[in-house]
Parts: sequence; C-alpha cells; structure tokens
Amino acid sequence: MNNIFVYIEFSEGKIAEVSLELLTKGRELADKLGVKLEAVVIGSALDGVEKELAQYGADVVWVADDEIFSPFRSQPHASVMSGLIKAEQPQIVLFGATSVGRDFAPRVSAALRTGLTADCTQLEIGSHVDEESGKEYDNILYQIGPAFGGNVIATIITPDHRPQMATVREGVMRKQVAQSPAKGERREIAWRECISDADLAVKIISREIEERKINLKGANVIVAGGYGMGSKEGFKLCYDLAEVLGGEVGASRAAIDAGFCEHERMIGQTGVTVRPKLYVACGISGHVQHTAGMDESAKIISINSDPNAPIHKIADYAIVGDVGEVIPKMIKYYKQNSK
Amino acid sequence: MKKALKIVVLAKQVPDTRNVGKDAITPEGTVNRAALPAIFNPEDLNALELALRLKEQREGSKVYILSMGPQRAADIIREAMFRGADGGYLLSDRKFAGSDTLATSYALSCALRKIEADIIFAGRQAIDGDTAQVGPQVAQTLGLPQVTYAEEILHVEDSSIVVRRRLERGVEVVETPLPAVLTVNYSAPAVRPQNARLIMKYKHSMTSSEMRANEHSLSANLASARDYLQIVEWSASDIECDETQLGLAGSPTKVKDVQAVVFQSKESKRLTSSDEDVKELMVELMASHTLG
Ligand SMILES: Cc1cc2nc3c(=O)[nH]c(=O)nc-3n(C[C@H](O)[C@H](O)[C@H](O)COP(=O)(O)OP(=O)(O)OC[C@H]3O[C@@H](n4cnc5c(N)ncnc54)[C@H](O)[C@@H]3O)c2cc1C
Repeated sequence: MNNIFVYIEFSEGKIAEVSLELLTKGRELADKLGVKLEAVVIGSALDGVEKELAQYGADVVWVADDEIFSPFRSQPHASVMSGLIKAEQPQIVLFGATSVGRDFAPRVSAALRTGLTADCTQLEIGSHVDEESGKEYDNILYQIGPAFGGNVIATIITPDHRPQMATVREGVMRKQVAQSPAKGERREIAWRECISDADLAVKIISREIEERKINLKGANVIVAGGYGMGSKEGFKLCYDLAEVLGGEVGASRAAIDAGFCEHERMIGQTGVTVRPKLYVACGISGHVQHTAGMDESAKIISINSDPNAPIHKIADYAIVGDVGEVIPKMIKYYKQNSK
Repeated sequence: MKKALKIVVLAKQVPDTRNVGKDAITPEGTVNRAALPAIFNPEDLNALELALRLKEQREGSKVYILSMGPQRAADIIREAMFRGADGGYLLSDRKFAGSDTLATSYALSCALRKIEADIIFAGRQAIDGDTAQVGPQVAQTLGLPQVTYAEEILHVEDSSIVVRRRLERGVEVVETPLPAVLTVNYSAPAVRPQNARLIMKYKHSMTSSEMRANEHSLSANLASARDYLQIVEWSASDIECDETQLGLAGSPTKVKDVQAVVFQSKESKRLTSSDEDVKELMVELMASHTLG
C-alpha cells in the first residue's frame, strides 16, 4: 500500500530507456518516503524482465504477460493498469511521456478520477499549505514541468486525490543502476479480471516500426540544422559536418516541417531531449520549444546570421554568420588540425 | 445507401503561445493572456480537416464543433463554419472556469452524451498546455475506443473505420469500431482555407448570448430567424452533469507555482565567420577534447 509505481514500457523484447530513468527517480523518491518501489510491465514474452528491473531498484515487479498486450493497445493496457492501481493503492504512479504513455495514462486518470500531469521534467517531494482552508499536506509530489508552450515552468500538485500521476519525458532524468540491488520479486497481475471484450475491439492491421537508426541520445556531438539552412540541399551541410566530427544530425521542427530531414531527428519539446558534449546549432533561432531539448548540452555553438537570435544567448560560442560560409570552414579547419 | 455520419470536432481557442513576447509574461511568472492573440488551436484544425474529408465521403454527413470556453470562443466555431463545418456547440459557464484536463473532459463528455456523435475528432494537444490528455480522457469517460496520433482515414464503414496513426518511430494502421475518439496529429493534412461563399453564408451566426447582447442588430435578427445561423450554447445545467466534477473544485490537479523561464545568459564568446575565428574555434575545441 502507498508505494510508488512505475509503468515499464516493453516492446520488441526491450525495456524503454525512459522506464529505467523513471525507476532511478522512483527509487530516490521511494527512499525519501520510506516506501517500496514497484514496476509494472504489461506485454508479452516477459520471462526474466524482473532481473533487469531489480538492478534499477524495483522491489516488486508486477507482470501481465500475454499476447493480447503486444503490440500495445490503449484499452487493455488502461484497464489492467487501472485495475492494479485500484487493488494496490499506490500513492504515486509514473509513466514515460512517450507515444504509449501519453496515449493510455490519461485513460487511467479518467478511470480512477485522479490527476495527471503531462511532460514533467522534475519530480520532488514537498509540502503544501492550502491557502483557503489552511489544510497542510506533507510528502506530496511536486510535478514540475514546462507549461504554456514552454514559456513558463509550473509546479503542479494533486493534493486530495490518489494516486498522484505524472508522465516524464525521455532523457530528462538520469538512469543509474541502484547502489544496492533490490529484490525484484515477480508478481502476476490478475489481469483477466480487469479486461472485457470491448477492450479488445481495436484491431491492429499493420505496423511499420523503423529500428532506431538515428541515435541522438547516444551521440557525443550533435549538429542540428534549422530553417536557416534554407533548403533540403542546403541542409546537407549539416550531414557533412556531422560526418567529419563523428556526430549525429538533429533538427528543429521548422526544418522538419519544411521537409529538410526526417521527423525522427527533431530535438526539443515535441522531439527528443539531448545533452551531448557538443551541440552545434546551425540556422536555428532558439525558440524555447527547441532549447528545452538541448540547453543542458555541455558545450553549445550557435551559427546564426542574426546577431540578436536568442540561440546566441545560450551558446558558449556564438558565431554571427552565414551557415553556408561557416560550416565549410569548420570542416576545413577541423581536417587541417586532426591527424 | 451508406449511413450519413454525425461528426463532432472538439476544438479549443488558445492564446498563441508560439510567439510570446516579453510583455506576455509578468515578472511573477503568470501569463497575461490578454497580450496574446486568441487562435484556433493548430492541431484542432488538422482534426477539422480530417472531419471535413470524412464528411465529403459520406453524403448527408454533418460536422459540428464542440468547444468549451468563454463567449469569444464562438469565434473559432464561426471560423470552422467558414471552412466547411455545419454548426457548433459552445459550453460556456463560470462553473467550468479553472478546469484541469479531467474536469474539462468530464464536461465535454456530458455534452457529447447529449449530441450522440458517430465519431469524435480532437487535435492531439493544445498549445497552451501540451498535455494531449483531453481526447483519451473523453474516450475513457464515454467508454469508447480511441485512436491517437491519427493522420489519415483510409477506409470507413457504417460501424467501423480504418486509420493510419503516426508513432515516434513509424506508422500503424488500426481498425476501430464506431463510435470512437480520434486525436489528430500535426502530420495530418493542413486545414483547407476559409471559403468566401461560406463566409457570406455564416458570417451572421451567433450564440444566444451574442444575440441578446446585440439585440436588434442585423446579425441578431438574421440569426434568430434562421436556425442554421444559431450556435448552440450550453451552460452546466444544460448538460446533465455532476457539478462537483466541474471547474477548479472538480479538478484533482492544482497549480502550486508558476515561474517564467529565464534564459540564463551564458558567457558567450562572440565570433565572426572569418577564417581566423573559425580556425581558432576548431583548435580550441580539439585542445579541450570536446572534439576528437
Ligand atoms: C507546441 C509546440 C511544440 C514545439 N516543439 C518543438 C520542438 O520539439 N522542437 C523544435 O525545434 N521546435 C518546436 N516547436 C517550434 C518552435 O516554436 C520554433 O518554431 C522552431 O524551433 C523554429 O525552428 P528554427 O529555429 O529552425 O526556425 P526559425 O525560427 O525560422 O529560425 C531560423 C533561423 O535561421 C537564421 N538564418 C536564416 N538564414 C541563415 C543563414 N544563411 N545562416 C545562418 N543563419 C540563418 C535566422 O536568423 C533564424 O534565426 C514547437 C512549437 C510548438 C507550438
């Protein structure tokens, strides 16, 4: 009772990174509250998942293992998760803010009639005093994240409803193997009692999921191009620079909307969050929705012809100039000096 | 003959958060909404487009907008009518104010029970909150299936629909029974422009409050004489709901604190595109092992 639950996203035989990041965070919160950390896996072919989850601090691993759960569908997942939460009464439930978590966590919140905060970037335990009633709340979850198009940071609480639920974006929390491994005790969810035929009415006809060829998260160097690259042809300069520097290519939403490169490369609030050793922003203006995904990079170079572009403010090296001129020079001088 | 469909699009009027100037955020971190233009939420326009395409495939089908908001949100209902929608419903009541996503989805669900749609579209998310929660919460509250991130309708039957959805790393084609809730992704086709003929037809459309406020005006007289110009307006008492689940009091989540995002200006080194500057930069990055 009153433990912390983390929903574990499991597909194609793998646990999603964000789930391990959340377990790491969940372990920290559970220790602070003196409660257990429990992982919930709903999928198929789940033999042995508890081992890896134990390494990341899961005391208990709940599983619903059946072919009907894979590939993911909203309703069976939501019904099983809601059923388990009703039975076990956790105080906090965390989900990755992925296309899966953002799809079914809202259904869980509506089924349980409790709050859900989307896209948190920080979670903390704190207290609260309700100004009107004077009521005091201890050890509640601060759900902190960007709001209003990324223009403000809001702290949201769920004072009177349980569980307190939040989704968290991939890449914003660090994953770390727990200092002392947890038990990872496997328990079966009584899922057959949770779902009905209506939950299975949606049929998946086909699925084309590309292997993640583009590895932005693992890249030490990212060369990101924006609308200022001018054209699909012009955008190729980003690939050239990334190849020479041994990095990966990212992009702003405006560049992607203009068709300069594929959607998977989007960095920012809608795309991925990265923190490479070096981020080169080429022809990117620096809207908050973009910078939210890269401002923790160790070093940032901005190349923008507008001296007042906001991206220059967060850059370590701000180059005021034309990408068509600067990038070839970077390639040239890198090659000249590396051997 | 194929069945005509009653199609509802959930739409929200939002402040344009994409170009927030300095004056829109107060030093305390609150948002001065009045300083921002109010627009049709962008992905709700994608939803409208898919709805209109569906309507065109099925003779006799109608598209209605359902929006919750203050009186001026009637503007987006009119805008939708200028683009091809047949009418709309505005949920407007002080009792709805301060609703979080759960309270909003509850009010919308109560209204939808009255409307009895065959299919419900919504934008994936609204740009003032970016939560993407209201669509799925409506589906759950009404006990309906959902298809999120929809980008194209491939096939429709009287009681089912086949939809392509866009995932993070690919696409999926799913078939769902109707009624269902579809949330539409920005990768769906862009909305069609406003149509001059429809602007002429619908420019005098009004809610009952607007008719009262503009009594004896040409528009109000026309609207009261012609049913198709009347935007349905509902208050909390019209939608058969449990009022404790509405508004601020009916919202499980509360805002504890809001802070403006400050660009922490770094000590930037300013460089030009000259050969010397770029060369020096590359040498420095290599010396510090940031590169290589
Ligand atoms: C809800 C929401 C979510 C969003 N999510 C994201 C997200 O995840 N990621 C994202 O990136 N955006 C996102 N956006 C969009 C974001 O607001 C911006 O519109 C976008 O980041 C702008 O991209 P950009 O900087 O490439 O284009 P622009 O703002 O058009 O900037 C282009 C820049 O290039 C410069 N330039 C032009 N020509 C040259 C040249 N020859 N040499 C050098 N510089 C040049 C210009 O000075 C300008 O600063 C989101 C928006 C919303 C509303």
